[in-house]
Order: sequence, then C-alpha cells, then structure tokens
Amino acid sequence: MSMNNQGRPSSAGEAFPASIATISGDRGLDHEEALIFELGHGACGVDLPDVKISDTRLGGVRRKGAIGLPGLSEPEVIRHYVRLSRKNYAIDSGLYPLGSCTMKHNPRLNEKMARLPGFGDLHPLAPQSTTQGALELISQLMTWLTGLTGMPAVAMSPKAGAHGELCGLLAIRAAIAARGEDRKRILVPESAHGTNPATAAFAGFTVDEVPAKPNGHVDAGALKAKLGPDVAAIMLTNPNTCGLFEGEIIEIAEAVHAAGGYFYCDGANFNAIAGKVRPGDLGIDAMHINLHKTFSTPHGGGGPGAGPVVLSARLAAYAPIPLLVADGKGLKLIEDLAAAPNGAKPFGRMCAFHGQMGMFTRALTYMLSHGRDGVRQASEDAVLSANYILASLKDVMSAPFGDGPCMHEALFDDSFLEGTGVTTLDFAKAMIDEGYHPMTMYFPLVVHGAMLIEPTESESKHSLDRFIHVLHTLATEARAKKTVRFAGAPHLAPRRRLDETAAARKPVLRWKPDPLKEAAE
Amino acid sequence: MSDVRYTDQHEWIRLEGDEATVGITKFAAESLGDVVFVELPASGKTVKAGGEAAVVESVKAASDIYAPVGGTVTAVNAALEKEPSKVNEDPEGAGWFFKMKLSDKSELSKLMDAAAYAKFVESL
Amino acid sequence: MRYLPLTPDDRRAMLAKIGAADVDALFRDVPKSAMAPLSKFDLPDTQGEMEVERALSKLAAKNVAAGAAPFFCGAGAYKHHVPSAVDHLIQRSEFLTSYTPYQPEIAQGTLQYLFEFQTQVALLTGMEVANASLYDGSTATAEAVLMAQRITKRGKAILSGGLHPHYAETVETVASLFGPMTRSPVTPGSAEDIIALIDEETACVVVQSPDVFGLIRNLRPIAEAAHAKGALLIAVVTEVVSLGLLEPPGAQGADIVAAEGQSIGNGLNFGGPYVGLFAAREKFLRQMPGRLCGETVDAQGRRGYVLTLSTREQHIRREKATSNICTNSGLCTLAFTIHLSLLGEEGLTRLARINHAKACALADRLKELPGIELVTPAFFNEFTIRLPKPAAPVVEALAAKGVIAGVPASRLLPRDKSAENLLILAVTETAMDDDFAALTNALQGALA
Repeated sequence: MSMNNQGRPSSAGEAFPASIATISGDRGLDHEEALIFELGHGACGVDLPDVKISDTRLGGVRRKGAIGLPGLSEPEVIRHYVRLSRKNYAIDSGLYPLGSCTMKHNPRLNEKMARLPGFGDLHPLAPQSTTQGALELISQLMTWLTGLTGMPAVAMSPKAGAHGELCGLLAIRAAIAARGEDRKRILVPESAHGTNPATAAFAGFTVDEVPAKPNGHVDAGALKAKLGPDVAAIMLTNPNTCGLFEGEIIEIAEAVHAAGGYFYCDGANFNAIAGKVRPGDLGIDAMHINLHKTFSTPHGGGGPGAGPVVLSARLAAYAPIPLLVADGKGLKLIEDLAAAPNGAKPFGRMCAFHGQMGMFTRALTYMLSHGRDGVRQASEDAVLSANYILASLKDVMSAPFGDGPCMHEALFDDSFLEGTGVTTLDFAKAMIDEGYHPMTMYFPLVVHGAMLIEPTESESKHSLDRFIHVLHTLATEARAKKTVRFAGAPHLAPRRRLDETAAARKPVLRWKPDPLKEAAE
Repeated sequence: MSDVRYTDQHEWIRLEGDEATVGITKFAAESLGDVVFVELPASGKTVKAGGEAAVVESVKAASDIYAPVGGTVTAVNAALEKEPSKVNEDPEGAGWFFKMKLSDKSELSKLMDAAAYAKFVESL
Repeated sequence: MRYLPLTPDDRRAMLAKIGAADVDALFRDVPKSAMAPLSKFDLPDTQGEMEVERALSKLAAKNVAAGAAPFFCGAGAYKHHVPSAVDHLIQRSEFLTSYTPYQPEIAQGTLQYLFEFQTQVALLTGMEVANASLYDGSTATAEAVLMAQRITKRGKAILSGGLHPHYAETVETVASLFGPMTRSPVTPGSAEDIIALIDEETACVVVQSPDVFGLIRNLRPIAEAAHAKGALLIAVVTEVVSLGLLEPPGAQGADIVAAEGQSIGNGLNFGGPYVGLFAAREKFLRQMPGRLCGETVDAQGRRGYVLTLSTREQHIRREKATSNICTNSGLCTLAFTIHLSLLGEEGLTRLARINHAKACALADRLKELPGIELVTPAFFNEFTIRLPKPAAPVVEALAAKGVIAGVPASRLLPRDKSAENLLILAVTETAMDDDFAALTNALQGALA
C-alpha cells in the first residue's frame, strides 16, 4: 500500500471561529474592494499614442487643470469590477421574487443578436438606404406588439415604462386639445405604481385618487362617480398591483369613454396575460409595454429599459415622431413634425433618434424564440407559479385577497406577524440569509406591511418547492416568536443593514481625495 | 403656561402674544421615524388654515406639514436644515418648525387641546 | 419551449395543489368575451435558437455597420473603440441580470459602481454632484429645463440654435407645458446673440458645446449674463470625449450639465440605449431628478452604499416627485464607468487629442477641395462643411459607393433652406488615412 507520504492532511480541519478577524479583511471568496479612485496609481488600461496638438482650433477653452481620474492597467480594472459583481444577487444565481418587477430569465441569444455589428454598430443617422434591416426589425416588433395587444398602432421611441406613460398622456393631451376641450384631471387608483401620479403631474395634469375596495379591486363605483367633463383620463394597472385582474374593466372603459375621457393602462403587468388577453378587447386607449419585464430584456441593475406605447384608433394619429412608414423603395423614418403623412398629428418628440433599438433586438429575439404559443405558455406558467405559492403559503402567511386565484403575483400582508415583534422588513431581510432576494415590500400601499411575490415562469417546480419550504419555515418560526433569524438580519450577506438615515442626513454622493493625504504627496 | 393646541394632522401650535410657534407632535415624530430633511417655508409667506407650509422627510416617506391656522410666517427654525434630528429628539421644543402671525386668533378654538389630542391619538 | 422549466406533470401537480381544474380557472376574473384563443394572434409559433439567429442575422446583414465602411457620422452619436474588457464585464450575470439595488446588503456591486460613476461624471463636467444616470442626453436636457423651471419658479427657456434639433424638440415637447420655449436663431459656425434674449422671466439658457455643427462655444459670457438676470445656464454635451480636452462646463459657470455618455463604453446601437449624464451645483441637489447613490456604513461600521434622497422620487413622492423616471440606464452607466476606468486620466486626454488631431487633418484636407468651405473655425472632433450643392443627395450617392460621409444638416433641420448644403462630419480615433482618402476621392467625384 502507498502511504500518505506528502503529509497532506485528510480531515476537514477545525471550524474557523467567526470571532477572529482575517488579516486581509477579506473572507474567503468575499473580498472587500476599495473604490476605483483609491486604487489608481498612474497606470493606464489602454495603449494610445501621445499626439501633440495646437490650441488654434479650440476656441480658447482648452482644459487647464487635470480631470482627477485614476490610472489602472487592464487586469486591475477587470479584477475590480469582477470583485464588485460578486457582491450582487442576480436572476442567474437565484430566484428573484420581486413583485411588480418581473425578474425572469434573460436568454443569452438576445444578447448575442443585439451585438451583431449590423445592429450594435449602426449609427442612428446613417443614410436610411443603409439601415433598412434595422427599420424592418422595428417594423416586425411593431407587428408583434400590435398583434399581441389587438391595438392598431404603437409608438416605439419611449425609453422605459415611465417614459411610455408620459408618451401616452401627451397623446391624450393632444387628442383632447384637438377636440377643443380642456380637461385637467386624471383619476389614479391608490394602488397604482408611483410612476402613474408622477407622470400625470409631469404632463401637467392634476391627480385624483380612487380608493380600492376591501377585496383589492379598484372601486368602480367610486371611479364612475368621479368622472366628469374635466376628467382627461384614468390610469389603471391591469392586472393590478395586488396581482388581481380588474374584472369590471370593460364597464369602466365604457363609462370613461361615455364621459369623454381616455383609458390609459399601465402595462407593467402585461406579462400575466400576454397571449391570453388582448388589451384592445378591453377598451384601452393607450398602454406602455415594458420590454424589460414582459419580453425579458435584462434589467441590468436598473436599466436600460424600453417602453413602447400601443395606441387605440382614437389616439393613433397623435403618436410622436419618428414615424415609420413604407414607401415604394422600402421603409422610411419620418423625423420632421411638419412632414407627417396625411392624418397624422404627432404631439412632438420623446427623445433623440428612434428609441431603444438595442432593447428592440433583444425583445424581438425573445418573441421569435417563444412564438405566440410560447408567449401564451409563459403567461400561464407565471400565473400558475404565483398561485402555487399563494396556495402553499396562505396557511401560515396572511393573504388579504387569498380567497380567489391571483394573477402572476401573490400578495401577503403582515397580519401573520402581529405580536411577534417581527416586521415585514425583518422577514424580508431574513430571506437574504437563506440565499434569496426579498420580495417587494411595503408595496402596494393599500395593504399593511405588504409582501408581493412574483416568481415568474422561469422557475422549476423544484425551485418553487424549495422557496416555499424556506418561507413556510420562516413564517412558522416567526409566529412561534422564534425571532433569532429575524433580529438584525441579514447576518450572512456582504453587508449588514446599512444606515440609510446617516446617508440621507449628510449626503456623501461622490468620492473626494483626502486633503491630508494629497498635501503629504 | 402658554396654551398649546393640536390638529388631527399631528401639528401643535403654541400662542405667545401675537405670535405662535408650530411643530409636529411627539406621536408624529415617532411614527415618521428618523427625520432626515426638513423643508421650511419662506419667511413672509402667507398660509391658509390647512394649507401646505413645510415638508418633513424620513428615509422612506415625505409628509406635508399643514398650517394649523391661517396667517403669515414670521420666522423659521433654520437649525433644522443642518440638524433635522432635533425633530426626533425634541419635537415639541427645539424641534419647532416655524413661527407665524395669526390672521384670526379665533381659528385656534377649532383645534384640540392636549387632553382631546391625547384621546384622539389613542383612538388611532 | 427551452426557457420554460415546468413540465406537463409539474403543471398538473401544481394545479392539484391549488385546487383548480385547469389553468384557465386561474383567469376566472377575466371577462369571458376577452379571453382570446391562440388563433386570434396572427403571429408565428416557437422556433429554435438556430432559426431565430438566422432570421435576425439576415436583417442585420441588410445594414451597413459603421465599422464596415469609411464612416463619418456624428451629430449626437459617435463611433469609438470600446475595449473588449468592457463588454465582457457588463455581461457578467451579477451585473446583467440584477434589479435596481433596492436591497443594498446584496447589491453593493451595483451601488459601488454607481457611486464611482457619479464621481466620474462630477469630475468630467466640473460639477459638484451628479446622479446615477438618466435615459440619454436629450431626455437629460429636458429634465434639466424642468429642474430650472422648478428652481427659478419661472417658465421661459431659451434654447440655443446650436442645440441638437432632436434635443430641442424633446425639451419643447415636455417643458413647454410649464412655460414658453424660445429657440435662438443661429448661423452655423458663428456665435449667436443669445444673451440679448435673456430677461427677468427666463428660467434657463440651454447651450450645447461643441454645438450640433461641431463649433466649440465659450460659455462664460452666457453664464454671466444668465446669472445677472437670475436665470440658470444649462450646458449640454453630446460628445463627452471632448471633456478630455476642453474646459469643463462647471468651470465655465454652468449650473446644470446634461450630457450624452454614449461615446464612452457604449455602442451606436442605432440610437439607443444610451446613457444620460446629469450633474449640478450642490445647492440644487434636492431638485435633481433620478436616482442618487450615497455612502454610509453598515451595522458593523463597514463602509457601504445605498440609494439615497429617495423622497425626491416617484415611488415615494408620487405626484410631487421631481421626475417620473424609474428605470434608468444602469448597465450603460457600468459600461461608461469601466471604459473610463480603463482610460484613466492619461487615456482620456490622449484619446481626446487624437480625436481632435484627426478631425483637423480631415478638415484641412477637405477644405482644399474646390467648392468646399469649412464652416466651423473651432471644433473638437466634428465639423461642418458647405458643399456647392445639397448635401443629402451627395451623402446618398456616396453611400451607394460604400462611403458613409456624415450627416447632412438637412436631416436635422429639414425646413431650414440655409442648412441644405451643409454636411456635418465626425472624425474619431477609429478613422484611418485610408478612410480619409476614400472620402476625399468619393466627394471629389460626386462634386465634379
């Protein structure tokens, strides 16, 4: 027999006492990382020649001082950002149940297609004869968006959901002005996303809140009572932010139209019904579609998004420039307000160029991959998974509207935590120690201590069962007043709870060189 | 002792001579949590009873402070701009918001006294 | 379907747990008349990865990529070389597939790069504070005008004639709801008399430098005149590499800077997604739109970062928010930050000088051609020439010969007769001598 003559130890060793600090400050794979400004040392991560120039063509405003940027080589920059990346939770590494945010799988084919040089390296103002493929792609995406929604038109340029809301309201504003009317009020349910009232104010309207009924639906009676000749529109999210489908939506739309108003639908939750229900059949006049939610363009830590707006026949004429039209030679962008084709009365322009092309490519790739049948199946699976969670947790957590089915997200409130000393925040933070991103907390505002769980269609049953097991156990322990997991959680993340009060009282929003150190140098 | 009155929006108002001092109650300060920012009205601003006069912010909420009665703002507690924590530490003392000259002192009689406000808070 | 993990057996088991007969039972709140069968959707069915890739590649092949031809387009979007490390890093799952960092304990990666981004933008623009990005330069400019209207409590905005026309239209579309918008008349390549337009009702003056024709403007006298009337100066930058060579707007008296950050780290992408840079004086902090990341400590006293001053934002302040923006340009800010970290002080200043030197070389070459006049006396990497005939057909003719010659001014100013013969050309580090020769020859041919 051969002996262990290298002296390699065969046991796992003693546990490292948590109380001992490491010498480096790092802990295994969890590295502490300084700011890039603290790491610079006069190196450079690119090789560029040192070209001398004269000042004669700089208009007398050549830069005098240094900028103050740090200098690092390529390996240092890569290590810095790789280390930072490892401090982030991501869909690729775990279930991300943020209600209302739709954290679904982001297929990598979408990334690859957006990087084809014909799309990724295409200039927005290149001669249109050299961009026909891009225009065709936009046109195909428009066909998908109008086809899935049953709406006749779509404005493509809005850059995210809130920008789409603004686009929709400006179209409504223009349509009202064209009728020679002045309507200033917009009705918004109290369960709405914060962007809705913010957008209404941004577009120069006043906001009138409509209460929710105890069953989580908008109070259609109260809404109808508020209609009048000064109401420009209602903004309704459907399915709503409680994860419920507004069953009275058709009657609401009819009442709004009868009162001379328009129906704006916040399409943030379109992913529950895409391929199952066409918003155009519900009487909607305008709805933005978050391509970064429903059609899986990545969230990227907060963007970029894209928010095309589908429009009814009553609003289609007011879509902003640029407009995409077909002429004898191919597709053409109309970029001038005065050059709008017959009948079109664009209200203006939402942004430079033509919208989030990089997101269009990703979204169309996703749609073509899924097909109409796959889009429908994805909606069904998202709704099924949310209901599975609701059914599996409502015995220990409190579901305020849990009597019936939900759509793509399951809503709980904090009444099951009453008297335990554990808050919604504690409960959510304890999930971090269990390896999960918390659900959306304290939204919607219409229930106390809200916890909104959206699993999406991207989770396997095994993954859902494991998640349910963890939440079920947490809830059971909390109710039994076993609070050790909750107090001060998380304990195992790269950081403990952060002092947000200090951050807001004395804001430090940028790095500044240490004046003492500077002087010493 | 000067007379303090309370609103159902949790402001207090203390009349001293012609001038009154306004702030938020201990109950309000506690339920807001750590105050991080206070936006004060401009001195000389006229306000109506129930009109927006100031804003108080915690990390996750912003609340309007309403004028308990109508009048003109005569002074503001500028110390709160640097040290908003005073609102939490001493809401009914050093954490006052602004002083105002009342346009109609009789409006004060519509507000709650300390006993009525305590009862009101209990009912919430 | 390859992206959907649930099997038919899983679905049946889950329905049984829920107690629903079929999945449509879960859609029972939807009015029956609104339930659409699959046949109502006139769209194709699912396809494999290979088929989809083929279809998209076919479309891409119909376009002429900037790297596939001698290429001189700018006017708000610029072709620069982006180091390979940038695209590799932004595609890491932990960056690409994370959400807005609302849970700071498990989002320090995103938060720290946002803090670095804010610092970089403040340094570049010479301003005190910067936010964590807006959608792009044009919408950032519109937000700047709205912010100036709030700060000054005045409505009127004066837009320089040298402001990119798309930016001007974007501003007019939203800010005209709150006050009159005046566009200053401009002669391309010349200073404009914008100071004369400033009065006591003016909230802000919006000036782009280098302007849409490439002309470098001195902002100082405009800032002084604006401040004398209680108005703010909003400086707009569409080519942010220029800040490696030119005095920052902050040093020239700007109160707010709105810029397009695409040039650093981000591809052309046919116009988006890009990244809006937004910086201001610290005293205007509370009026700023968009997200802000701030430094703090955790429960153990370790440095960390959080989103802060959120009470300005829509999810808390609702109709009283400073802006309705929610999703911003997250991943594009990361690309910007990584690219700028690779460049550093030395790299950015060298890159800027190379751009300027190349643009000067091409301008000198073109102005020697018969009938061509150089319109912009001072410029960074973009200049305007006047052709002896309308520029748009010349650009089309050159495109047919495989040369992308630039942006005809008429594409941006279609109703301005005086712009008809103007051609705006951008020259970056990516343009080579061969490209100059191809352009010069083709132009000579088209003008002969």
